Amino acid sequence: MSFVPGSSVRVASRSHAGHHRTPAYLKGKVGTVEHVRDNFLNPETRAYGADGRPETRLYLVRFDQRDVWTDYQGPEDDRLLADVYEHWLESAE
Amino acid sequence: MHDRGGWPSTTPIDRAEHVLADWEMLMDAIVGTLGRRDVMNTDELRRAIEGMPRDEYEAASYYERWLYATETILAEKGVLAPGELDARVAS
Repeated sequence: MSFVPGSSVRVASRSHAGHHRTPAYLKGKVGTVEHVRDNFLNPETRAYGADGRPETRLYLVRFDQRDVWTDYQGPEDDRLLADVYEHWLESAE
Repeated sequence: MHDRGGWPSTTPIDRAEHVLADWEMLMDAIVGTLGRRDVMNTDELRRAIEGMPRDEYEAASYYERWLYATETILAEKGVLAPGELDARVAS
């Protein structure tokens, strides 16, 4: 599934054995696509010597800090921006 | 522990820049060269860093982690024999 800026997305909460670029603290969290980046070689297979193909789409996703950290004490409008690969995102529309 | 900058603490973050030591610049150059020659890529480097025992990871500086991981990957690929670097340093 592909997304566009403004799409509401949830980071998959699955575990993953081995190298991956999805921060544990974002798994299961809902954010909004800020920007659609390019396609990139998949770091999850490249990390073990494969060529990383097929390439996978990368998205810049915006989260409310208060949604990420349950005890967040900072200003209400603080945001966290993270790059997340498409196969880690689910629609939350 | 690899996907965040550290653990919650009351200690202020040290924002000071520091001068890189010669070996740190050399480490950077080695990793860059290995990448350009398709011997090792950034994802492999990161994977090997994440595979470090936790106490060693936390005790190591940024480029010490690069050194550890580079040695790990080169040994995996047979570019370095086990113990080869230690033997060369000792000789």
